[in-house]
Formats: sequence, structure tokens, C-alpha cells
Amino acid sequence: MLDAKIPSGPLDDKWTEYKGHCKLVNPANKRKLEVIIVGTGLAGASAAAALGELGYKVKAFCFQDSPRRAHSIAAQGGINAAKNYQNDGDSVFRLFYDTIKGGDYRAREANVHRLAEVSANIIDQCVAQGVPFAREYGGLLSNRSFGGTQVQRTFYAAGQTGQQLLIGAYQALERQIALGNVKMYARHEMLEIVKIDGKARGIIARNLVNGELERHFGHAVLLCTGGYGNVFYLSTNAMGSNTTAIWKAHRQGAAFANPCFTQIHPTCIPVSGDHQSKLTLMSESLRNDGRIWVPKKKDDQRKAIDIPEEERDYYLERRYPAFGNLVPRDVASRAAKERCDEGYGVGTSKQAVYLDFADAIVRYGKIEAGKEGNDHMSMEDIIVLGKEVVKEKYGNLFDMYEKITGENPYELPMRIYPAVHYTMGGLWVNYELQTSIPGLYALGEANFSDHGANRLGASALMQGLADGYFVVPYTLGNSLADEIYNKAIETSHPAFEAAEKEVSDRINVLMNIKGKQTVESFHKRLGKIMWDKCGMARNKEGLQQAIQEIQALKKEFWSDVRIPGSINEMNPELDKANRVADFIELGELMCHDALNRNESCGGHFREEFQTEEGEALRDDANYMYVAAWESKSAHEWNLVKEPLIYDVVKPSQRSYK
Amino acid sequence: MEHYNMNLTVKVWRQKNSKEKGGFESYPVKDISSEMSFLEMIDVLNEQLIRDGDDPIAFDHDCREGICGQCSMYINGKPHGAWKANTTCQLHMRAFKDGETVTVEPWRAGAFPVIKDLMVDRSAFDRIIQAGGYISVNTGNAVDGNALPINKDKADASFAAAMCIGCGACVAACKNSSAMLFLSAKVAHLALLPQGEPERKSRVLNMVAQMDKEGFGACTNTGACEATCPKEISISNIARLNQEYLVASLTADK
Repeated sequence: MLDAKIPSGPLDDKWTEYKGHCKLVNPANKRKLEVIIVGTGLAGASAAAALGELGYKVKAFCFQDSPRRAHSIAAQGGINAAKNYQNDGDSVFRLFYDTIKGGDYRAREANVHRLAEVSANIIDQCVAQGVPFAREYGGLLSNRSFGGTQVQRTFYAAGQTGQQLLIGAYQALERQIALGNVKMYARHEMLEIVKIDGKARGIIARNLVNGELERHFGHAVLLCTGGYGNVFYLSTNAMGSNTTAIWKAHRQGAAFANPCFTQIHPTCIPVSGDHQSKLTLMSESLRNDGRIWVPKKKDDQRKAIDIPEEERDYYLERRYPAFGNLVPRDVASRAAKERCDEGYGVGTSKQAVYLDFADAIVRYGKIEAGKEGNDHMSMEDIIVLGKEVVKEKYGNLFDMYEKITGENPYELPMRIYPAVHYTMGGLWVNYELQTSIPGLYALGEANFSDHGANRLGASALMQGLADGYFVVPYTLGNSLADEIYNKAIETSHPAFEAAEKEVSDRINVLMNIKGKQTVESFHKRLGKIMWDKCGMARNKEGLQQAIQEIQALKKEFWSDVRIPGSINEMNPELDKANRVADFIELGELMCHDALNRNESCGGHFREEFQTEEGEALRDDANYMYVAAWESKSAHEWNLVKEPLIYDVVKPSQRSYK
Repeated sequence: MEHYNMNLTVKVWRQKNSKEKGGFESYPVKDISSEMSFLEMIDVLNEQLIRDGDDPIAFDHDCREGICGQCSMYINGKPHGAWKANTTCQLHMRAFKDGETVTVEPWRAGAFPVIKDLMVDRSAFDRIIQAGGYISVNTGNAVDGNALPINKDKADASFAAAMCIGCGACVAACKNSSAMLFLSAKVAHLALLPQGEPERKSRVLNMVAQMDKEGFGACTNTGACEATCPKEISISNIARLNQEYLVASLTADK
């Protein structure tokens, strides 16, 4: 039984009540309490800065060479906040409602409402830190709209919002490092959680420069290590993004919630060949102006510009006349897959659809011509003017596309295809963001809590910073207040010794396999199994096969992987092997979870459960719960169900037609 | 875009660790597609090295979309390679021809010691930020985000400076290994905003002192940093830095 510890009382008052009654730690005691934070993205850096400011003794860890590199930096579009600066009817309730609905009614009301409540504070805090958000000529903050909402509540800094927010949090963190409140361990990877008397009391980390294992004590441990999309090998995640920290926690007893909930983003640059190492997102904002189409004829060999208008199938506009190209991410992704699977895909791989700006260029060009009072401008000149407008709006994205593909998207339509982007699942946490291991917390993408089965655009940045700046500083104190009598535990304690030995034995085993196949080749094979059978569309038979294949892959990995070099030195192949070993185990759990959930919801689409029109068919009577999995043995898990209770919102079938 | 395959010789700096001496090694790579990124070509080479029982080449990289700033390396003598406004991870193999020899080296600067092969230690940049590259505002202290309007031109200029990804290419490009472009971008980002005003003088003095302590060289205005910067950070930021520094030196309370 998992207790979500949701405060009683009306939804609007829960967080206020909680803050008014949670336990506090006095400043003199905070100095004696040590907190470990793993990961320095938006959640980790903001938590480290905020807890350092409060006076806790913080140790922060990241595997990159600097905390500023964490993958939050790559977020493009923006961050939502219920400021209602545009006077367009936004409110805390609407942000809460949109997020719950966007998540297809698989998230907790209380957590999401709190997220909406603190969203406004995040913007204020970031502005105060010097985050250079986009502004209007009057000097006030600018907003834009984003998918799945009817108001303009997204704050942004060109196409680099994640970068600017992370730099803000990084600077706040560096300030705490300078003040001596936070000690930073870059180029370190957490490889085990240390538990003493059932509580998380520290970690074992590998110094990636010299290969040494280190023991670190903490009265509490916060995992802010992001998502696990790289289980698919190809994703929009950074190369180093991994599941190891949360997977070790899971194996130590932390429940893993909704592992199969994966977001496949519809507008990414397609795979160009077997050499592909990662995929690059083209911001969702492009769908405001681009029209998505494929040829009406199967296997059409003509160039896009040679295909006349009447032989093009604008399939999103055809299937979803009300929302057209602006349907939510999960719907747009599935529709693209459907067309390509049917043989209408374009490009050399046939696994792509067109995102075409030709109409937008003409439309904007005519508006510009109209502004100049010239109603008889030639089409050529109109197109020149229109391209200027499109360049101003999306120039950096068009440049990025051209660098990667070598094609000019002002002249030819972009080719796009869906790609793994975000994982809504993660460690199960209660209202306080504490996992099922006391003293162990999970923040940001690493937890499961706020996005249900599908995340709306511009919500990930909001959640990472909400958890770090405004939630955990309160909820952590509530349990650390009981720790003031407990002195720091020496790392010579037998539990540390045992944990370190476990890590070192595991590394030794890996290094001594001395097989024939590279780590990368295993990772690619895992990715293919996951993408084919646990990707955008899943079915019972495929998932059962995938479990068999992954178990076989695991055996092969542990008997034939080749890791060059030695243990006590910098060894990126060994680091990768540690991560891939965990991805393989996680992949199996994801398939079990997808198999268990006999319904389609959000990003989880089971082919057996769809409407006649091919839309996701939810089963609220049987599956309105969080699936929290407890590790039993290598290939066995216990399913614990946390029922989702909707006191305020009435779940309904999402329709975009 | 027509695609083609190529065979190349990669001449790359190998160095076991910070203490041992390094040197160039040459490796042939075959059937490289013009559609690959430069780092994917290195991936192919590394897979080949591992299969042959050799140690793969260590290099820094993470996001592979040009924003995290972790990838580095000189390619044929140029930081991040020949393309303008580009990072190594976004350089693609269509920039090369069949039969070419490509030379790859780690950043060369005293303040960026080599860790292994192409990886260097850039923690000096973090310490420069620690010296004052922030606004001292604790969480929860902020007023409403729209309480203080900011002139759009200034906000845009601040953003243009804040786009720095901290990769170190400016230092690598400079014959003096100066970190002035990096430092000036941060000083300009914060000095252009009203929120940065209270610490404006102490910030620039402390950050410059830390930069000197780290062993970065002086700026002699060659402009190599700006020409190399993947985010096209303007050298006019250095002029601003000099102005800020002069004013602060003359007027700051000691």
C-alpha cells in the first residue's frame, strides 16, 4: 500500500494548508543536516540553490563536466505560468485543468494544482535572477501560445528558453558553491543508493576522471536525474541521459510508476541511416504555420514540389478538422506513423512526412504587400516578403534543419517524423516528492507525478523548477525536522562498505566479460526492440515477444560485451556499459507495464483498444490508477495500484475532431 | 541533397591522462556517409578501435544539438571546425571530401588542462562564474515579473550575450588564450538588466580577478574569438567589459 499523503481539504487550499502546518528546521540545525542532490538540470540545480540558501549542507553531483550542461538546456519552446498577463482568461484553475486533461486523466489532481499555483512564482524568481525572457516594446514580458491550450501563457526566450532558465539556476547554484553552502562534484556518476535502517543515507558515486568509487553521506538524497528516453537508443535526449540513478533506487525498493508512459514528439528530423546517434527536435511552434502532408499515391517518387495540390493528403486537416495541424503531440505522432506504415511516407527511408511552409510564406507575403498598400505585387515578390516573415519567426530552427539535412526549408518542405522526447513515468513519489524509500526524493522528469499519460508543451520546465525552487524546500524540511538528533553517519559504516562492494563487484564482472560485441551495439538492439514493440503503438503479442527478446539480450550482454580499458581511469565505455545494463532491465519493466494497461491513454496506444476511427480508447473503470511497480527479483515485479480520484475535474473522452 | 560516401584518414591527438605526454595517431575510416555528423564519424572510428582491441578516443559531448557546450576539439586547426556559427556536434560530414586527412586536437590553453585525448578540464569557467556571475537573489524574494519594465533593446542585447554556451572555443581560438569573450558575455548579460545593477561593480572586479588567477591571457583585440564563437557572441561585449571594469576600478568602494 502506497500512501500519497495528499492533504485533506478543498483542492485550492491543500498546498497553503500544508505549508502552514509542515514541520520546520531552525537555521542552527539546518547547518548540521546534509543533503545529497544527484543531477543538476532545472530540478537539481534549483533544489541545490534553494536548499543551500536555506542553510542546509548540500552536495550536488552531475556526470557532465559542469552543472551548466544538463539536458534541460536543450528545451526550446517555453515555460507555462498562470499569470494572465494577456487578460485572456487564464487562471490557476485553467492551467491545472489543461494539464490534467492534456495528461488524459492519469495524473494526481493535488500535485497538478500545486504546480499551477507556484507557476507564477517561478517566472518572478527567474526574472529576478536575470533570465532575459522575450519582452514587448513597452518593456513587459511577452507570451505565446502552445499546443493544447486556448490562452497565451507561455513565457520564452527565443528558441532557447531551457538554456536561459538553466543558466539562471546554474548561476544561483554557483553562488551557493562560492558561499560554501554547496559542494559540487562534476564528472561523477551515482551508481548506488546506500540505505541504513530502511532510510536512504547516501550514495556510491564513481569519479569519472580517475575511476575511483566514492562514498557520500546525506540525511536525505534527492534524485533529479531526468528521464529515460534513451532506453529507445534514438531520442531527443542527450547522449549521457540515463536511468541509472532512478533504476538503482528502484532495485533498492523505490516503486517505479507508469514506466510505459512515453512521449513521442511529432516534429523531429527523421533518421538518416544506421549511423544515427541521436535525434533533433524541431519546436512544436512550427505547427502554428506549417502544414503536414504526404502524397495521396503510395510510394510516390516525385519531388515534393512536383506533386500538385490535389494529389496531396493533408491528413491532420482531413482527420481533425477542428484542430487540424495543432492536435496534441500524441495524436499528431500516431497519425504520421499510420500514413508511413500504409506506404505513403516520403524521403529515402519512407519514414517521414512533409511539414510545408509554402502556404504560410504566401499568406505572410500577402499581408506584408497589403501593409505596403500594393495589391498587384507579383507572386515572386510576395514570396520574398513572406520568407522574411517566416525567417524572423523561425530562423534559428530553419538554420538548424539545414545544418543537419543539407536542405533549405525555405525552398523545400521539411521532412519530419516522430521521435522519443520525454518520459512521463518515473519514480513513484507522494505529495512531498518522497519515493517509497524514506529519505529518498525524486524531482522533475525523474518522478512520475504531474503529466499523466501525455505532457503538454512548455510544462516540463515549469515542473522542474516548481519541484526544486518551491516544493522540496518545504516538504524536505517536514521530514528533516525529525533528523536533527541524528548526527552524520561515518562512511566507514558497514552499509556503505557493502554498497561500495556491490558496485565494485558489478564493475569487475562487466570488465571481465571481455566478449566480442560493443556496448553501443547492444544499446542499438535494445532500442530497436523498444521502438518496434513498445513505441508509438503496442499490442499484447508484440509486448510479450519484446519481453522474451530483452531477457535474451540481457543474457547476451552479460556474456559477450566488450569493454576496453581498465577500471581505475577515465573510461567512457565502462560508464556507457553501466548505463546500458540498467536500460535493458528498465526496458523489460516498461513492456510489463504496457502489457498490464489494457487501454489506450495519452502516449500509450494499445492497438487492441481504439475507437472505430482509430483514436485512443481509455478504460476509466479499470485503469484509472497509477501503476507503481515494486522490484521483486530480476524479472519479477509486484504491481501496486494507487487509485486516481478526481474530486474537481470530470474525466471525459478527449476529442479533437 | 546528393549523398556520398567517403574514406578518410583521421589524425587525432592521443593522451592517456593529464600527466603523460601525448602525440598524434592516424587512423583510416571507411564508408563514411556525407549525412553523418562529425561526432558520428568519431563514433564509427571508436567502434572500429574497440573491435580491434584498441582504446577508443575520449571526447566530450552530450546534447549533440549545439546547445550544451560540452563538445570541443579543433578540426583541421579550427575550434569546432570550418563552418561558421557552429559547434563540433553540428558539423556534418558533407563538409569533407573523399580521401581527406582530418586533424583533430583538444583545446590548447594553459587554463584548460587535458584530461584524456580530446577532453579538457574547463572548470576554470565555473570558478569565474562563482566569482560573481550571478544576481544575489534568494528563492522567494522576487517581486512580480512585470513590476520592472525593461527596455526591449536592452533585454534583447542582454539575451544575445546570455546565449554563450561556455564551450571555450573563444579561448581556444585566441593566440593569448584569453577568456575575455566568455567573461564579457556574462558581465554584459547582467549589467544590461536593472536586476544586475546593485552588484554591477563588484561583479566585474571579482570576475576579472578570478580570470587572471586562472591563468587566461590578455586580450589584444584580434577578433579571433568572435569569428569562432558558435553563438556569434559579439566582441562589442569586450568593449563593454573594459568600460565596466574601468568605471568600477575608479569608483567602487574598497
